Amino acid sequence: MPAAAQRRIIFAHIDEPGYTNDLACYLQHGGYAVLRRSMARPPAELIDEVKKSGLRGRGGAGFPCGVKWSLVDRKSGKPIYLIVNADESEPGTFKDRYIIHQDPHQLIEGVMISCFANNVKQAYIYIRGEFPEGARILERAIAEARAAGFCGPNVLGTGYACEIYVHRGAGAYICGEETGLIESLEGKRPYPRIKPPFFPAVLGLYQCPTIVNNVETLCHVKYIADVGGDAYAKIGTPNNTGTRLLCVSGHVQKPGYYEYEVGKITLGELLYEVCGGPLPGRKFKAIIPGGSSAKILRMGETFALKNKDGTTRQLAVEDIPMDFDTLAACGTMGGSGGVIVMDDSVNMVEALANLNAFYAHESCGQCTPCREGSLWMKKITTRMVHAGARSEDGALLKSVADQIAGRTICAFGEACAWPTQSFVAKFGDEFKGAAETKPSTKSDHAIELV
Amino acid sequence: MIAPSKPDLVTVNIDGREIAVPKGTNVIEAARLVGVDVPHYCYHPKLTVVGNCRMCLIEMGMPAVDPATKSPIMDPATGKQRINWIPRPQIGCATNASPGLHIRTQTPQIKDCREGVMEFLLVNHPLDCPICDQAGECKLQEQATGYGRGYSRFIEQKNVKPKRTLLGPRVMLDDERCILCSRCIRFSKEIAKDDVLGFIDRGSFSTLTCYPGKKLENNYSLNTVDICPVGALTSTDFRFKMRVWFLKQTNSIDTESSVGANTVVWSREGRIYRITPRRNDEVNDTWMADSGRELYKAVQATDRLTAAKVNGAVSTLDLALGAAAELLKVGRIAPSAPSPIAIVGSGRSSVEEQFLTKQLADALQAPTHLVSRVGEGDGILVSADRNPNTRGALVVGLVSDLPKVGTALRAVRTSSTQSATTDGSESRPYQEIHVGGLSNLAADIDAGKIKTVISVGEDLTAAGLTAAQLAKVAIIYLGTHANATSAAAKVVFPTLAVFEKNGTLVNQQFRLQKFTKAVPAPAGATDDLVVLVQLAAAAGGPALPADIHELWKFIAASVPALGTMTFANLPETGLLLDATPWAGWSFAEGATLHYQPAGGSPP
Repeated sequence: MPAAAQRRIIFAHIDEPGYTNDLACYLQHGGYAVLRRSMARPPAELIDEVKKSGLRGRGGAGFPCGVKWSLVDRKSGKPIYLIVNADESEPGTFKDRYIIHQDPHQLIEGVMISCFANNVKQAYIYIRGEFPEGARILERAIAEARAAGFCGPNVLGTGYACEIYVHRGAGAYICGEETGLIESLEGKRPYPRIKPPFFPAVLGLYQCPTIVNNVETLCHVKYIADVGGDAYAKIGTPNNTGTRLLCVSGHVQKPGYYEYEVGKITLGELLYEVCGGPLPGRKFKAIIPGGSSAKILRMGETFALKNKDGTTRQLAVEDIPMDFDTLAACGTMGGSGGVIVMDDSVNMVEALANLNAFYAHESCGQCTPCREGSLWMKKITTRMVHAGARSEDGALLKSVADQIAGRTICAFGEACAWPTQSFVAKFGDEFKGAAETKPSTKSDHAIELV
Repeated sequence: MIAPSKPDLVTVNIDGREIAVPKGTNVIEAARLVGVDVPHYCYHPKLTVVGNCRMCLIEMGMPAVDPATKSPIMDPATGKQRINWIPRPQIGCATNASPGLHIRTQTPQIKDCREGVMEFLLVNHPLDCPICDQAGECKLQEQATGYGRGYSRFIEQKNVKPKRTLLGPRVMLDDERCILCSRCIRFSKEIAKDDVLGFIDRGSFSTLTCYPGKKLENNYSLNTVDICPVGALTSTDFRFKMRVWFLKQTNSIDTESSVGANTVVWSREGRIYRITPRRNDEVNDTWMADSGRELYKAVQATDRLTAAKVNGAVSTLDLALGAAAELLKVGRIAPSAPSPIAIVGSGRSSVEEQFLTKQLADALQAPTHLVSRVGEGDGILVSADRNPNTRGALVVGLVSDLPKVGTALRAVRTSSTQSATTDGSESRPYQEIHVGGLSNLAADIDAGKIKTVISVGEDLTAAGLTAAQLAKVAIIYLGTHANATSAAAKVVFPTLAVFEKNGTLVNQQFRLQKFTKAVPAPAGATDDLVVLVQLAAAAGGPALPADIHELWKFIAASVPALGTMTFANLPETGLLLDATPWAGWSFAEGATLHYQPAGGSPP
């Protein structure tokens, strides 16, 4: 059976010949009509639509967007802020950047609908520091939208006022963590906050209730406001609704962006049919299915999953549907949708050394396990790559990672521990074998990212 | 004393033991109450909670309730309500007591968490304990012993960071030892209100530093050394001077102002090496000013008086007492005439000394004066009244009114001014203290009414009397250091500094606080109490004991607020006296930590 066709909701017009990222083009394609219609509805109705849609956050954690909105403290009398998390830094993920570059007004419309629904008067788009072009495009798009009355002091003549500001980060992965992002937006070091008590929905930006949503998530909100929550919930699979953008990178014939209904395509279909299979003469070896922090899958492994009726079924890696729940049941995660493919040319110790270098460099340094553990793991894997491997290093790596996960202030602890835990668990033979292999002839800078 | 409002108590269960604690108490403090140690580094009871060290991880559970009916779910095995344990460990410092909270600190998971954090803290720590000043009072050492694995699995290169960074004139930083707990940063920001510290770089390479162009030079900078759990911040004054385990700790009181910060004096073989704050939540929390830490240096000064003198010649104590007795016999012309003897008491004397001074004054029917010292309060722990015991003089009745604020200025270089800026000028101006209050005495001397002056520890010249006025009278001087008054005095009694004797002081809150003897006095100096008892007897006053415990019976009898209190029983945290007789007085102090002036701010 051939793979299902793409269902392009976010990418409805992106990549169409002649589609540009200016307001005129967006309006020609029916732009801001949904905002106009939405603002004629009671805000609570819009929140209900999002709840009914079952939309799950596309930033990484997959937290239900409607639940997130319903947790917002609306009785405090303080202003409510909306922050668009455009700090897309997860290795292997590049979808938000593409949306911003190709269709910024879609995001702005989604932001304005979300702001109107939640009575937000100020929204911030926190964009990654390494996206200067994206920031320029957004600034221009916001100026266009403001001049046309789609945001600003009097939105569409209704008297509703809402400003959108673009804030550029300074190049730190941790700013994608929502409380770290908030600290950074406040002008401080992006040290994630302790939760409790600093849940953004209650004590967020400037200690006010704050909603932090991913770029892609807010674009989905626009679509939900258009077609309605019930219609949206029919897309995809139950509890994994809508479409999602998959960013495939690495050793495949056709890497790139693909938009599919959640759970309607399997990993095997994605890799072999959509992406054209492995490079000539190679075989797939391992897949990281949801951004570099997700646990790695080894080709050939199978998973025993429980069905709803209590029976179990065996699932090969190729047969895993790309949805949140099944990937979680297989011990990894849908994460940010960044699918990283590695073929049999990859040395897994070197690959982990690369990832560990990234996490050691990006640990903010606030809390002990992540700060010291991430660098220690990097030092171990770097040493292993440079012919200093010992037979006990695999076990040591796992032990260090185990001392990080679940004990840190933010999810970075898991993010930096999961690659090591899964690499060592699934490719233990390579880590053991590294002690016997000859020194690597690769130059240092291939590994030494820091 | 106003009773604190009764806190809302909740019952929590820690390692199977139930205890009622005020709602909101965090797990570290609650566990302390049942004798359970929850190790921690970044948490400090007087600073905001940041939860970054992860040492205080505990297991937390709440009683299970049915989500629909809200009724408790019982455990049939125990007959008690079931506890839902959270699988992830939680930090004790940010977990607050709520009804039914259950805590476990002794499980395999928590043991593993603590071992993990200890290992992480040590992998890049230089382990230079043999040359580290913190050794012996280092949390890293203590908790490595208590909660670490005892062996190392780390074979990589350690990180290299700056070893000797002078953050300010009194604080040295070793970044390699720093565990990045941020206590010093939070202290500077929250308590000292001088936000100069921060981290640069990230991850394991994070480094503590001052902001560009800033220095850690406020008058509270040494508190960062006290609260640093490791040897990263050390005192330039104490650094490399002495191993802390050799030092004897003696409780004392900071005498630089009427705040009366509680202190510990650290000494060895009669020599003081440092002074640190002692926690008193009603007075100084866990802090004290840098300026108060340097007071011990005066004890070892070369101008200490070490021999009794009569007419400038070295004498014995007995001969000096005899000479003083002769001077006191210069009686009045007629029984009804005012006394030709005046007494200058001191707000720096202890309550006991002031009490005896009062007895001496009564025996002589002599007028009494008190020297005032008024500077500018810093709003934290140095108050405007630089006498530590002005209120003691009121309580024992030595004076019945506050001394006039003097006009004689004494420029005091506070600690914060010791650093010179790059161009050699002082970075902050000298602080001015107005010393005085003796204008009436000066007038009486000029009028020839006073022939003899007994000064208990006060330099009359510094307080505004001229050399000519001093020359007109016979002076009996009790004091610790040589000065213009001791030079002009007929009789000089060398007495003891605050670290060399026992006594009490009454601070601005009318809190009676005890200080005790840390080091022996220099040879030749005599306890103030002995001299004053002898002088009072020579003046025909009652026979009083010079032993402080015996003397207290007399003091307690004359100060009703003390009741049956004895010197030995006086609580280390002080005793709040009844201040109503002085309600509405305009004292010099403005607001400081834990103190609000009653009658509004002073003029």
